[in-house]
Amino acid sequence: MSEVLLAANGISKNFGGVRALANVSLTIGKGEIYGLIGPNGAGKTTFFNVLTGLYTADAGSVTLSGRALNLGQPHEVVRAGIARTFQNIRLFANMTALENVMVGRHTKSRAGVWGAVTASRATRAEEAAIVARAHTLLKYVGIDARANDLARNLPYGDQRRLEIARALATEPGLLALDEPAAGMNASETAALRELIAGLRSDGITILLIEHDVKLVMGLCDRVAVLDYGEKIAEATPEAVQRDPRVIEAYLGGPVE
Amino acid sequence: MDIFIQQIVNGLVLGSIYALVALGYTMVYGIMGLINFAHGEVVMIGALTALSVINKLAGSGLPGPVVVLAGLAVAVPVCMATGFIIERIAYRPLRHAPRLAPLITAIGVSILLQQVAMLFWGRNYHTFPAVLPSAPHQIFGAALTDVQIIIVLLAAATMSGLWLLVNRTRLGRAMRATSEHPAIASLMGVDVNRIIAFTFVLGSALAALAGVMVSANYSTAHYHMGFLLGLKAFTAAVLGGIGNLGGAMLGGVLLGIIESLGAGYIGDLTNFCWWSNHLPGGTGAGLCEQFGDRGFLGSNYKDIFAFFVLILVLVFRPSGLMGEKVAERA
Repeated sequence: MSEVLLAANGISKNFGGVRALANVSLTIGKGEIYGLIGPNGAGKTTFFNVLTGLYTADAGSVTLSGRALNLGQPHEVVRAGIARTFQNIRLFANMTALENVMVGRHTKSRAGVWGAVTASRATRAEEAAIVARAHTLLKYVGIDARANDLARNLPYGDQRRLEIARALATEPGLLALDEPAAGMNASETAALRELIAGLRSDGITILLIEHDVKLVMGLCDRVAVLDYGEKIAEATPEAVQRDPRVIEAYLGGPVE
Repeated sequence: MDIFIQQIVNGLVLGSIYALVALGYTMVYGIMGLINFAHGEVVMIGALTALSVINKLAGSGLPGPVVVLAGLAVAVPVCMATGFIIERIAYRPLRHAPRLAPLITAIGVSILLQQVAMLFWGRNYHTFPAVLPSAPHQIFGAALTDVQIIIVLLAAATMSGLWLLVNRTRLGRAMRATSEHPAIASLMGVDVNRIIAFTFVLGSALAALAGVMVSANYSTAHYHMGFLLGLKAFTAAVLGGIGNLGGAMLGGVLLGIIESLGAGYIGDLTNFCWWSNHLPGGTGAGLCEQFGDRGFLGSNYKDIFAFFVLILVLVFRPSGLMGEKVAERA
């Protein structure tokens, strides 16, 4: 593994008496595609939510490029360089595809009240740059033709792509994808796989939660397996597939 | 016919003011699902602050419009600060509380502001000094003062500016994103607390403007004026579809016209002689003789129309004229 991008140390999270995450530590190297798998309810999405600041962890810390993240403050986490997509698509449904991506440029732009009121040259130039960048990103994920459609009117696969474009607009060092292939058919999944591989070659590190085993095994450099909130394995995809504890977690008992 | 045009014109003036206040309700509702019942009180504070300044400067020999602008220039920041403080102290701690808690708090804040204003400005009516020209122009048989013309134009300009701000700027995008999904907006780097505070401050600035307009239009202001005005503006917001900016503007203007026409005709409509003169065959002539040629209700009952409209909307179209999904939130 090359340079460490993200290091999570001893993350724990309880909901009432339910232990969702227990002392989970993992490190992701720069440029890696890192898979996070596990049975339903294993804590994968909870981990994402802690990582991106939606939940406050009960214990543990996260560093990104060596700098501690202020967990529990989503807008600061994204500023630091983590962006994500959602298992259940969460677009701004009543805004256009273009506007959705433009919201993603929020941290990378600065026009405030004064700029808005005076419509100064700097503000207008910034706004034009935001529009141009948003179009570029829509082209990148292949849906620029639908830039002016409301997000809620896009087909399902395009909505997933739009979520990725919106996340990319924040210029993340780490892109966290929560089940991006969920609900996709085979050809959509194949296209998604190409998109993710392309992201990596453009220098973006990816943390991937996915149930599609073929996608995970084909894409990921390393995979961590969560079960009942604990990390039970972390290795290359091939090694993980042979790990008896992983097989037990998935199949519910020792394999004879 | 002259009365009709006159009442339409009056309604337009009144409606412009309602629309400005309704925008404050609807923006806050849109962004955090809260009905800020203290908003009418912010209008009142704007009106009284401006009047204090205007009365101070009225004898100074400055030209009238300058005096009024000075009043506005003080009222706007005072109201913005009030809105900011209300949000910070009263609503932010309740952001994740059950919906009833902030609603009750809003009513509490409303009463508190009224009492503070009463201590500060007293219980008397404050009059708007005669610093602005009041000679009416005749337009299509309706009398219209400069003040009324300015109210309508200024309200229209302000609302266009607001529309541009919300739909064409980075800040507006952040507001719309926050209103759809606060958590997701924060994941895009939007500081949701700042956007909510900004929304309150912006709504309060509009309230200050409306306060000055309303006191200039009626030449008076007092500590209790915000209650009824606020309820009517809230009605306008519901009529248009609460949470919808265009709806608040439409609802405000419509409500102003409905109320104005109602005030103009309520005397006739509750007068049996008027009916017997207008119905075929002079139906009701007996009642006319019995009760005399007078309306039971005069124009001082004009306030019932707003609430009549509110009830009709809530019964027949709770999502309002331009709203889509209120049921989910109500």
